[in-house]
Amino acid sequence: MTDVTTADYRSGEERIDVTQRVQALPAPAPDQELLTLNMGPHHPATHGVLRLLVTLEAEVVRDLKPIIGYVHTGIEKTVEDKSYWKGIPVIERMDYLAYYFNAMAFCGATETLLQVEVPKRAQYLRVIHMELNRIMSHLVWLGTSMLDLGAVTVWWYCFRERETILDLFEYSSGQRMHTRYFQVGGVMEDIPAGWDKKLREFIKIMPEAIDQYLDLLNRNEIALRRMYGTCPLDAATLEGLGVTGPLLRAAGNPWDLRKAMPYSSYEDFDFKIPVGSRGDNYDRFAVRMQEMKESVKIIEQALDGLPEGPVITDDRKVALPPRHELATSMEALIHHFKLVTEGFRVPPGEVYFPIEGPRGEYGVFMRSDGSSKPARVHMRDPSFVNLQATLPMVKDAYIADLITTLAMMDPVLGGVDR
Amino acid sequence: MPDAPGTELLAQDLREAHGDDAVVGTEFFRDKGAILIAPTAIGDVLETLRGKGFKHLMSVHGVDYYPHEPRLGVHYELLDRDALDRLAIKLRVPLDAPNVPSVTPAWPTANHQEREVYDMFGVVFDGHPDLRRILMPEDYEGHPQRRDFPLGGEPVLFTAAETAGKDYTIGADQPSGSEKAKR
Amino acid sequence: MEIVKREKAGTPEDFRVRQLRAQQMLRGDLEGDDLEQYVQERVITTTLDRAANWARGNSLFPATFGLACCAIEMMSVVGARLDIARFGFEAFRASPRQADLLILSGRISIKMAPVVRRIYDQMLDPKYAIAMGACSSSMGVFNNYAIVPADKFLPVDVHVPGCPPRPEALMHGILKLRSMVHSDPTMGWRERYGAESTVEVLPDEGERLRAEHAAAVNVSDGEGFPGA
Repeated sequence: MTDVTTADYRSGEERIDVTQRVQALPAPAPDQELLTLNMGPHHPATHGVLRLLVTLEAEVVRDLKPIIGYVHTGIEKTVEDKSYWKGIPVIERMDYLAYYFNAMAFCGATETLLQVEVPKRAQYLRVIHMELNRIMSHLVWLGTSMLDLGAVTVWWYCFRERETILDLFEYSSGQRMHTRYFQVGGVMEDIPAGWDKKLREFIKIMPEAIDQYLDLLNRNEIALRRMYGTCPLDAATLEGLGVTGPLLRAAGNPWDLRKAMPYSSYEDFDFKIPVGSRGDNYDRFAVRMQEMKESVKIIEQALDGLPEGPVITDDRKVALPPRHELATSMEALIHHFKLVTEGFRVPPGEVYFPIEGPRGEYGVFMRSDGSSKPARVHMRDPSFVNLQATLPMVKDAYIADLITTLAMMDPVLGGVDR
Repeated sequence: MPDAPGTELLAQDLREAHGDDAVVGTEFFRDKGAILIAPTAIGDVLETLRGKGFKHLMSVHGVDYYPHEPRLGVHYELLDRDALDRLAIKLRVPLDAPNVPSVTPAWPTANHQEREVYDMFGVVFDGHPDLRRILMPEDYEGHPQRRDFPLGGEPVLFTAAETAGKDYTIGADQPSGSEKAKR
Repeated sequence: MEIVKREKAGTPEDFRVRQLRAQQMLRGDLEGDDLEQYVQERVITTTLDRAANWARGNSLFPATFGLACCAIEMMSVVGARLDIARFGFEAFRASPRQADLLILSGRISIKMAPVVRRIYDQMLDPKYAIAMGACSSSMGVFNNYAIVPADKFLPVDVHVPGCPPRPEALMHGILKLRSMVHSDPTMGWRERYGAESTVEVLPDEGERLRAEHAAAVNVSDGEGFPGA
């Protein structure tokens, strides 16, 4: 037996033709027996506790009903009972893979109501942490999706990089997840010494790591056959369903709130929006991989351009005074006391503050009645709205394609159920 | 965002198209316009706004304005991607007649979102294809996110309560276990 | 169907003494004669039993049961940095019939609680449950209408605090469970309530079982125990 060299293998990869799929599946015959199957809520391939009632004809999905609410935590009502500052940790736990985005939307809405300005350094730090969180969320997505598809090895590589990112979060804020780093008016603390050096190391290794994942998957025949050409959906239907984020961008619409309606200094950075052309599962995969690379670019630009200055607004009625002032200034002590016991009062009104998260548009609707506790907080979560697109996507496709599509949709049930 | 005069002009157009009582008022707060409308006109209003460019319904959510009447509110957040505009449409319904025509047939994104407003607040959307509870169990009674619904939860076990012999699993002020054993 | 429970032993004072000794044992404070006496008076073990416990403890199969944020940290335990495969627990089984450890990672809503209970009941003996994180052990950050703490509907062996607990903390909890399985598998709720196991109750059997339970043999009515 002759040795197979890498060159042979690579040339073999080039010859893979995945455009030849099985013929399009015919419509169901009138007397076909339909089987209704219950998937979940405890199921290894639904991403969290999602329950699907799938109506099958042999292996073809004819109908699908998602049933959610299995991790409904009543977060929106809990926050009504807490002051704005104390509500941030509760809001962070909604979409548990995008905690900085939850906090950003909530703090942004509060800052809009209060008309408080966030200093530039704080905005840059927020951008860095949000983009790191975006990369981390996409890494978990990639690992678990490929686990569903059977490419188990990718998971360990993704979690290796994820540990590096969580180390950075722990370095800057003390916690790996749900860090409570974003505060109303800025961020909790300045980054410690050595953090930027560690971040630069991460910026250097991350593009190579993404190339490693692509090496494993991009010309992998099984992954391509499962993702290429499966379950496409056009942009018009997606827009009608209110889908945003990488799902919409994979279908060809480059709508991204970071470019269209920038917030928190995103207009200072130069990055591209990856857009797909066919709207199938491969495009959803490719769009997210490229988004990770673009996020690394944003982090690098933000780190290079990080301005000096305060990291939180100096309006003492909103942000805690620095500790050393409590020993000398009576006013600082009173402000601290008021903020910790009652919290700041927010002028009455209603705002809706949307940001672009890893799954789409996160919007916080906040209504304040003038007291120190919010009167209504609603999170417009992208996974909740995107889940409505499952049926149009998988109708008349194989159940194996259903698994792939669910994986590529990246639903996070914490955000769906709140 | 349409600025304050822009919002007024939009409201005027809506009044001309659907009658004077379709529009109850306008708001302009923190650089964003909002139009308050009568509940029965919601479908027509959204269609007119779709014609004006607000082609995307981003969010449908409910608010409980307790103790102000009418108590339940439903907000629709619209987005115009070409002009980069956002607009909020708000309506209010009282508790004894919480009916709002559903916009799901024209805007498919409202399907799950209206179900959530029904589940959490009790607003009934007429014409919704499948109005059932979405987040709470199907046989749950009550609408949790109303302001007068209790927050619930477990009483917290503090050491003082434990040493005083109070069993926290029954209630903080129930008799202790020794009395129960005597029965 | 007759429900037979083990003789429950002792008075509340005995129980407290035993609790303290159990604590010492888990911390590794018991030595030599003390340890021998402890093992002998608690559990009559043969070498075969001890060997079986050793094997069971070193090959726990956790069930893939991720609910919310803690599930992500549970996945980190399987990752390469804190490798759970070092201890032999990397075989996460999807089917509860094949699993013997249920790690309740995340908040349990009232809609999910019956599902969790059914999965726990479907597991075969010996089975253990770890309540990972604050939400499943107590109510956690959210003390409201929608959540249930795990102790209300299923017996938990180890509670791991944290929100979410670090992977190292979860590992500590799992290893504590492992040392319990090695030395004294009935420590905890099994010994306190004198129970052998739990029983899977199908929806139409509930009333009948409740009526039978009222007439069952050797049933404790929780008298005299602290907090009862």
